[in-house]
Amino acid sequence: MAQAHASNFKNPVVKWIDSRLPIFTMLHHEYNEYPMPKNVNYLWAFGAIAGIMLVIMIATGLVLAMQYAANTAIAFDSVERIMRDVNYGWLLRYVHANGASFFFIAVYLHMFRGLYYGSYKAPREILWIIGVVIFLLMMATAFMGYVLPWGQMSFWGATVITNLFSAFPIVGDPIVTWLWGGFSVDNPTLNRFFALHFLLPFVILGVVILHTAALHICGSNNPLGIDPKGPQDTVPFNPYITVKDLFAVVVFLIVYAIFVFFMPNYMGHPDNYIPANPLVTPAHIVPEWYFLPFYAILRAIPDKLGGVLAMFGAIAVLVVLPWLDTSKVRSCKFRPIYRQFFWVLALDALVLGYAGAMPAEGHWLLIARIGTAYYFFHFLILLPVLGKLERPSPMPASISEPVLKGGGRVAAGAHAKPMEKA
Amino acid sequence: MAETTHPSGTGAHGAPGGDDGTSRRDFLYLATGAVGAVGVAAAAWPFIDSMNPAADTLALASIEVDLAPVAEGQSITVTWRGKPVFVRHRTAKEIDEAKKVNLSELRDPAPDDKRVQKPEWLILVGVCTHLGCVPLGQKPTDPRGDYDGWFCPCHGSHYDTAGRIRKGPAPANLVVPQYAFLSDNRIRLG
Ligand code: HEM
Ligand code: FES
Repeated sequence: MAQAHASNFKNPVVKWIDSRLPIFTMLHHEYNEYPMPKNVNYLWAFGAIAGIMLVIMIATGLVLAMQYAANTAIAFDSVERIMRDVNYGWLLRYVHANGASFFFIAVYLHMFRGLYYGSYKAPREILWIIGVVIFLLMMATAFMGYVLPWGQMSFWGATVITNLFSAFPIVGDPIVTWLWGGFSVDNPTLNRFFALHFLLPFVILGVVILHTAALHICGSNNPLGIDPKGPQDTVPFNPYITVKDLFAVVVFLIVYAIFVFFMPNYMGHPDNYIPANPLVTPAHIVPEWYFLPFYAILRAIPDKLGGVLAMFGAIAVLVVLPWLDTSKVRSCKFRPIYRQFFWVLALDALVLGYAGAMPAEGHWLLIARIGTAYYFFHFLILLPVLGKLERPSPMPASISEPVLKGGGRVAAGAHAKPMEKA
Repeated sequence: MAETTHPSGTGAHGAPGGDDGTSRRDFLYLATGAVGAVGVAAAAWPFIDSMNPAADTLALASIEVDLAPVAEGQSITVTWRGKPVFVRHRTAKEIDEAKKVNLSELRDPAPDDKRVQKPEWLILVGVCTHLGCVPLGQKPTDPRGDYDGWFCPCHGSHYDTAGRIRKGPAPANLVVPQYAFLSDNRIRLG
């Protein structure tokens, strides 16, 4: 006889469903009981915030798509119609356009959290790599979304970025023609970008589910970077973390709302309110702010193919990061030297971002070159070498120990050795 | 023996194993897999190729350009296949500058007479070979770069009076499109 799942739920309807499809058991297990290290700080909320942003983007995007027309003759006007005539169209569009920026803010903080606390190290390598995949998909989605309003920046951003592929010898030009569906960025390009812009967020959603599945296998990292030694080091996800995350989400949404309502075009570019003109390039093309560090790297290299490879390489180093960092200690808290370099890297990213927005000449070009050199030095030389040389500072025996002064009901033998790594 | 690699294989319904440890079943697995892979690749092609330029895009008519109104020293821009095409009526000085250049100095060496059919008419696709911006230099007020030709503001490429790359990140000269003189002052592009 077929065996039903033994469900513990009281409600008969829930129990009936759950014993056939244990979805409630799964949700209870993953979002009620799921043990979280009790010392996580607010940086751990940015995963949840990014998830909320994805939902907001899909919801607003779906209704915008019902009004938007992906045809070069009317795309610009259809967006203006959304702004002026469609009920709440201005709100939905500003929520969507600023949402892209805030999605990236959340994800960048989420990634730097991982860098600081060594969340990419064993056993979380796959979890980290899935994260880099999400980041790549987000960049593709945001790039194609920005093309849709068909303003000057849409058109020329699309032209410059698709032309990156022409850097590859032999296959380059056929690839670019294939991406365009023609001989320049034109109507076929806009059409396919709209189709892909609609599709990719749902692909992201699927990959996010894999990301959480991988997370719930190894469990969350924490500011100390040491594994919980037992139930005394953790709290159940609900209500402790749900409430904490919710508070962070509300604060984040307030800041987001300030932008949407009071400065909705602050992060946009005025040239994108000029309809696309294939015959006139704007004097100064800049991508959206979240691409600027990578754009600076692209322009820092005086060779076309080299620039493209460096730009993709800047993301590729993130994929292999778990193996570049040779230190067994996760958290920067116990890595006195690396901690300083972490902040140098953070500063480097900001400087690259700034240089990316400036004209690529004179001292800005020099600064972008130094920034690019440091970026690769950090990942390819510093991390492998430092892990071998650095002497980590002493770590507590458990998550509870520093708080409870060695107290707490710790089972005999559960104490880690004082110098235990990771 | 092959049987041990198949959970259900008792030999009763399995293929007799060869002496080298492979069986007919292993072969069938491989052959099925290979046929499947070819099938998937063949089925994928229409999807991929559908994204290439369609027949109507390819058929974009060639256009004719009347050169008579373009005075010496002037330039006009026409649209062809969605791209700007630069037509410059070069002055004697510009022609001279283009001819004088020592080819070994050039990143993408090409003598001036390989880039024009009539020295006074320079016809180029106005798309920077770096990342596709439209270089400045068509209007009298535009900057023309250090070599009196065109200057691409996007990442700073300088082109000379034959549209050859002289300075900046672009790897190649501005492209000379296919064109033919129909009469002394009429050309057909494409
Ligand atoms: C990962 C999630 C997403 C990101 C990062 C994103 C990003 C963007 C960006 C940057 C723009 C340009 C905004 C502007 O300047 O006007 C845009 C426009 C647009 N997006 Fe999205 N988007 C996402 C999800 C979606 C989804 C799921 C849909 C449809 C179901 C959608 C439909 C649209 C439409 C119709 C436009 C054009 C209207 C407009 O310009 O406001 N988006 N998107
Ligand atoms: S596109 Fe002209 S220099 Fe980059």
